[in-house]
Amino acid sequence: MANNTAQLQEKSHPMEDLLRMDRMPHIWCSGCGLGSAVTAFVEGLKKAGVSYDKTAIVSGIGCTGRVAGYLRLDSYHTTHGRAIPFATGLKLANRDLTVVVFSGDGDLFAIGGNHLIHAARRNVDINVICVNNFIYGMTGGQNAPTTPLGAYSSTAPFGNYEMPFNLVGLAAASGASYVARWTTMHARRLTDSIATAANKKGFCFIEIVSPCPTVFARKNKGGTGLDMLKEFQTRAIIDHDADPTTIPLNMDNEIVCGEFVNDDRPTFWENVQAGIKARLEKFANWEEMQSNSRKISHKKDRKYTSSRDSSIMRRNT
Amino acid sequence: MFKKSRLIGEYFMQGDIACAEGALAAGCRFFGGYPITPASEIAERMAMRLPLLRGVFIQYEDEIASIAGILGASWAGAKSMTATSGPGISLMTENIGLGMMMEAPCVVVNVQRGSPSTGLPTSWGQSDMMQARWGSHGDYGSISLVPNSPQEFFDLTITAFNFSEKYRLPVFIMADALVGHMTEKVVIPPVEELEIIDRKYTNKKPEDYLPYDYGKNLIPDFAKAGDGYRYHTTGLTHDKRGYPNMTFECQNELVPRLVNKIKNHVDDISLTEEYDIEGADVIVISYGITSRTILPAITMAKKKGIKIGYLRLKTVWPFPEEKIRKLSKKVAGFVVPEMNLGQISLEVERCAHNDSIVKLVPHPGGGIHKFEDVLHAIEEVAYGK
Amino acid sequence: MSELRVKISGFGGQGIILSSFIIGKAASIYDQQHSSMTQAYGPEARGGACSSQVVISSDNVEYPLVDTADVLIAMSQEGYDTFLPILKKGGILLYDTDLVEKLQSHKNFIAKGIPATRLAEELGKKIVANIVMLGFATKQAKIVSPEAMQEAIADSVPSKFIDLNMKAFQAGYDYNEEQ
Repeated sequence: MANNTAQLQEKSHPMEDLLRMDRMPHIWCSGCGLGSAVTAFVEGLKKAGVSYDKTAIVSGIGCTGRVAGYLRLDSYHTTHGRAIPFATGLKLANRDLTVVVFSGDGDLFAIGGNHLIHAARRNVDINVICVNNFIYGMTGGQNAPTTPLGAYSSTAPFGNYEMPFNLVGLAAASGASYVARWTTMHARRLTDSIATAANKKGFCFIEIVSPCPTVFARKNKGGTGLDMLKEFQTRAIIDHDADPTTIPLNMDNEIVCGEFVNDDRPTFWENVQAGIKARLEKFANWEEMQSNSRKISHKKDRKYTSSRDSSIMRRNT
Repeated sequence: MFKKSRLIGEYFMQGDIACAEGALAAGCRFFGGYPITPASEIAERMAMRLPLLRGVFIQYEDEIASIAGILGASWAGAKSMTATSGPGISLMTENIGLGMMMEAPCVVVNVQRGSPSTGLPTSWGQSDMMQARWGSHGDYGSISLVPNSPQEFFDLTITAFNFSEKYRLPVFIMADALVGHMTEKVVIPPVEELEIIDRKYTNKKPEDYLPYDYGKNLIPDFAKAGDGYRYHTTGLTHDKRGYPNMTFECQNELVPRLVNKIKNHVDDISLTEEYDIEGADVIVISYGITSRTILPAITMAKKKGIKIGYLRLKTVWPFPEEKIRKLSKKVAGFVVPEMNLGQISLEVERCAHNDSIVKLVPHPGGGIHKFEDVLHAIEEVAYGK
Repeated sequence: MSELRVKISGFGGQGIILSSFIIGKAASIYDQQHSSMTQAYGPEARGGACSSQVVISSDNVEYPLVDTADVLIAMSQEGYDTFLPILKKGGILLYDTDLVEKLQSHKNFIAKGIPATRLAEELGKKIVANIVMLGFATKQAKIVSPEAMQEAIADSVPSKFIDLNMKAFQAGYDYNEEQ
């Protein structure tokens, strides 16, 4: 009897209430950091205590873009780079939802970079989780806006010539209410950050530095996924007081992690409400206004026709 | 303006504003857009009116964000709309395809201007007609409605919302700068007198619900975010569960359905106006503002004794293929004046096959057809020159 | 069916567009007619040549543009020069006598002048010159009924300026060229 119970328990996955088990196994490579990122997300949501029925997840395109497909939430796998404006529409049209964008560095900062800075500027009440693996994984290792200067990619065979974006710096400078960076090594702290963001209003941004053994490590002598985690462990430091605009990521510098921004700014919707209220107060009470609205004559003798006629034909026939 | 929460009555109203009022009457409560001449007045009107109706107005950072945003709002259950002109539509086309694939109801207004590229921002054209049909990559059925007056801009905006809700897809309204910036009398009836269609929500329990399961009409029932259905939807080829499925079988079930759900309902969607079609030798086919500016030529042709009929397309897509095929067997030919260098005339040619002559009267936009050009084309067809 | 095609021209800031809006509104909302108003403008927000047009008809307006005008209202020399050629033979020309000074031959038209801007200044606000002109046009060209025009004006201007605009209308309506 005891054995039977043990067997039954073994069969059920501990996260199956939030994962689409009928879609397993997933498509990610062994050693990829996305499994850890999803685990932290699921644990973070549990910890936050938000209603799963009221949580929606939106992804763009790429390896991380597939996250939405594996989570048993209202989940939207949209077009490349456009997860944030899609999520903005979803959130504003149903403000009871917790809306999370889960996507990669290429999706959110190259093709979707403009949307990210504008959503942060507006302080729309959504959470953006960006898994940064420094490269385009799904398409075969091309250069990303995060690829460190000098790193190799399949479109930078002589080493990358471009300066990379510092994601946390950009998000903070654009006006995000909450900005944090962790690596997939920091499972507990990442989980806590995800839980904090889930219950925080305003635009929250979390960067997850993640290993891509299949393309990034292979092109840059990074070894296996495990080797990369070990490297993260030696390079990472935690400094919550660091200025996020001064901590870019290179090939071998310190990976400064922490919760850099945690402010309370009015959200887009709060500003909308306040703005309308201030303007309308000049016109006294809104309800009163509606009842006193000027009557417009609707003459009964003129019948409503659904469309204008092309009278010329009528006249001539 | 602040004082009027619901408009009823007769107004002397600009086309763009009538469009916005039509959307509000249809129940639109989310507008995402980006300014562009000659469609900005729609956004401006929505910015003023939506907050007072507890709706959402957002001016996005570009047109790509605008269309993505109204798709998101649609999944939250809102009737949503964006309005732009040719250059904006060009930016939107990828996500219009996403809307087609995900089957998200919404309305996209194109107040057409002279094209291509930046073209003639303050003047008009009808050269985006094929873009509305084929703009986004791939095969899908689509609906485009074309108004020729501010009143019809109001009416067809309501119809566009009804079709989008009923058939679950982004519906185009293909106005032009002349209709958009023209001011005429617009009658706004009480809401009770309007036919408003809302999307069909599933009545299944979450555990039994498949987001892309469909019945005879090929249209899946809708579930909105936050109602506990916890469904998945994607722009990838997907099965009835909404899960990606990259097989021929799945592609072969999904994509033909997206085409057929419109094709099978052409009779419901196709709106036309016909005059003197019976016994006509020549039929003029036109749509939008052109259907008004060419009328003097038709009057003159009539006076000259030509048996002339007139078919106005209020729905251009889906194209009324059967109707044209049947007519083509009875008439000497068709004359198609349009403000482009030949778009809808190609469709007419395709349907007329070799049964009758099809004469295009082209115009590059930025003006209107010369009376004599249209009359000349009518005469050529009538007298078999 | 009777049809009247009106072209109004001037420069930006004179209320040219508003004038045509008021005429159209008077015709379609208060006179039980049909009307269609369209405007032409350049990319600049202020200044520059400006023109607008209204077609008034007893039936639906089919052709909304004004290629030949029955009535031309000219509030600037440039507008007069540009649009006089489209005024049809026997048509009515109404112009501001202070703003249109270089006159061409009027033998094919009925031409009537009014110092609309000066009259408006006498009322205290130069900005109502367009309304003075509307009053003049109502009387001289009978484009719409005076009642409809007054209602449309009252409906289209800020409520605290209704009295001023009514005075402006009256000044134009009562103006006698031979004065």
